[in-house]
Amino acid sequence: MSQQPTSESPLARAALITVALTFLGFFLLLPLLAVFSEALRQGAGPFLDALHTPDALAAIRLTLIIAAISVPLNMVFGVAASWAITKFQFPGKALLITLIDLPFSVSPVVSGLIFVLLFGANGLFGAWLAEHDLKIIFAVPGIVLATVFITFPFVARELIPLMLEQGKDDEEAAISLGATGWQTFWHVTLPNIRWGLLYGVLLCNARAMGEFGAVSVVSGHIRGETNTMPLHVEILYNEYDFVGAFAVASLLALLALVTLVAKTVLEWRFGLHAGARH
Amino acid sequence: MIHLRGITKQFGDYPALHGIDLDVAPGEFIALLGPSGSGKTTLLRIIAGLEFQDSGTVLLGGEDVSRTPVADRHVGFVFQHYALFRHMTVADNVAFGLSVRRGKHRIAKAARQARAEELLRLVQLEGLGSRYPGQLSGGQRQRVALARALAIEPRLLLLDEPFGALDAKVRKDLRRWLRDLHKAMGLTSIFVTHDQEEALELADRVVVMSQGRIEQIGAPDAVYMNPETPFVSHFVGETNRLPASGGEIHFRPHEITVTPDGSEAVLVDNVFRKGAVWRAEGLLEGSGQFVELDLPSSQDAPRLGQTIRFNPHRARMFNADGDHTQGDLP
Repeated sequence: MSQQPTSESPLARAALITVALTFLGFFLLLPLLAVFSEALRQGAGPFLDALHTPDALAAIRLTLIIAAISVPLNMVFGVAASWAITKFQFPGKALLITLIDLPFSVSPVVSGLIFVLLFGANGLFGAWLAEHDLKIIFAVPGIVLATVFITFPFVARELIPLMLEQGKDDEEAAISLGATGWQTFWHVTLPNIRWGLLYGVLLCNARAMGEFGAVSVVSGHIRGETNTMPLHVEILYNEYDFVGAFAVASLLALLALVTLVAKTVLEWRFGLHAGARH
Repeated sequence: MIHLRGITKQFGDYPALHGIDLDVAPGEFIALLGPSGSGKTTLLRIIAGLEFQDSGTVLLGGEDVSRTPVADRHVGFVFQHYALFRHMTVADNVAFGLSVRRGKHRIAKAARQARAEELLRLVQLEGLGSRYPGQLSGGQRQRVALARALAIEPRLLLLDEPFGALDAKVRKDLRRWLRDLHKAMGLTSIFVTHDQEEALELADRVVVMSQGRIEQIGAPDAVYMNPETPFVSHFVGETNRLPASGGEIHFRPHEITVTPDGSEAVLVDNVFRKGAVWRAEGLLEGSGQFVELDLPSSQDAPRLGQTIRFNPHRARMFNADGDHTQGDLP
């Protein structure tokens, strides 16, 4: 192999690779292995039993429900926000771009507290909600709100650079050919962004299922009712039920692995498409 | 066919167009020629309805379309970077304008496909209908874009730098091909270009623009031979400038007679072959002005360091206030 002008000496290369692999091994691979080995420490029987308890099943069900509500919502919000930002000029656009990043820059605990301050018993709308017998905090609606807030940026941040790069030409071509706005979105814009959108949805879903901080503040930790999987893991761990805690944790870890694989597959397709574009 | 009256457009604080008036006859092939920032693309997009003027009117075939959106203007628009839908086959791209029609204008799928096939034959891409845009060359893609624009049977064809993204050879072939197509179809067409050669070769009339204003409208020969402003003289074709009392004298590199008793003398510091002529470059004695001269290549090439004496035999005088006189010099 010929030496590239930009490449390092073989020694430096080996050193850099070793450092990177060691780091990855210690901080990613080892914990992952620990999760699964702890979960299966007493064999498959106790592992499955731990997942079969009513509380664990309720937590799994609630996590799936939360994701099933918040991911589609953020898919719609994310596409709408990206569309508005990349295809139109309007006052307050810079502010909107900044606001999209807000959930990433604020601590999740603070995000949760915002909703408590708004909808909690002593919150801004607390009295009105109590009057009408509506429960948001310490109930499923609060968890959905917190999750939607936390996961909002994923789809939009994925789409905005992509749609900026693609420009408005395709859309203009479509409407000049007589297509309506809806036809243009459905037949031209959506196919152009489908891989990016799927990628964003995948990341959004992983976070929606895994969110701990914000959900912990608004959930109230009511067993069998408002406990999501991450919250359930913490409760079991605090009760020294290590097999149970790691069994549920291994499900979440599995989700992460599936997301990674799907992401890699998408990147591969994505890359293929980006190449064919020019 | 097209009548523009007092078109103005401002982008924020930046004035893009200052009161444009333009009339285009049916079947004409018009070039909007100018450097970037001259407003030519903005004007084209206003005619299309992709952009709206701040004031002024746009008449298409006698109909006031000043506020009509692009979808209802029935104009074909071809983009510099083709803007083909990359997830659709070439045939689906061409048929797109027909497939989005609804209600009583709806066309059956078989008829749409037949029409697409017919248009692909017109742009000489027969048999490539099932390919994807990514599998075509730049020149082929631009022809697909053209077929797609023609599919809606537009009353007007607008092309934004249609050859801008192509390499020189393809550009030349496509140019000739487009001119033939225009001759055959007779569709009123306007194209935007910054390439004066392209404008002079293709257009029936050239509209030279600069800084949001029309500098000159005329047949290619008239614009080249009789530029009315210093800008046109400088932008269309190559021009030498000599300072003169009260203004400047402009002449083309070939508008000279070499003679031992010439009034001007240039010290040659660079010589190269420019097609059929020798191009000599150097600084004028006295003023130090840089000039380019074309000398017949049937003679020996000028030598470096040689002094060439010449008279401009045809030139134009531009006064400082923009007035000009022109014609043959004695």
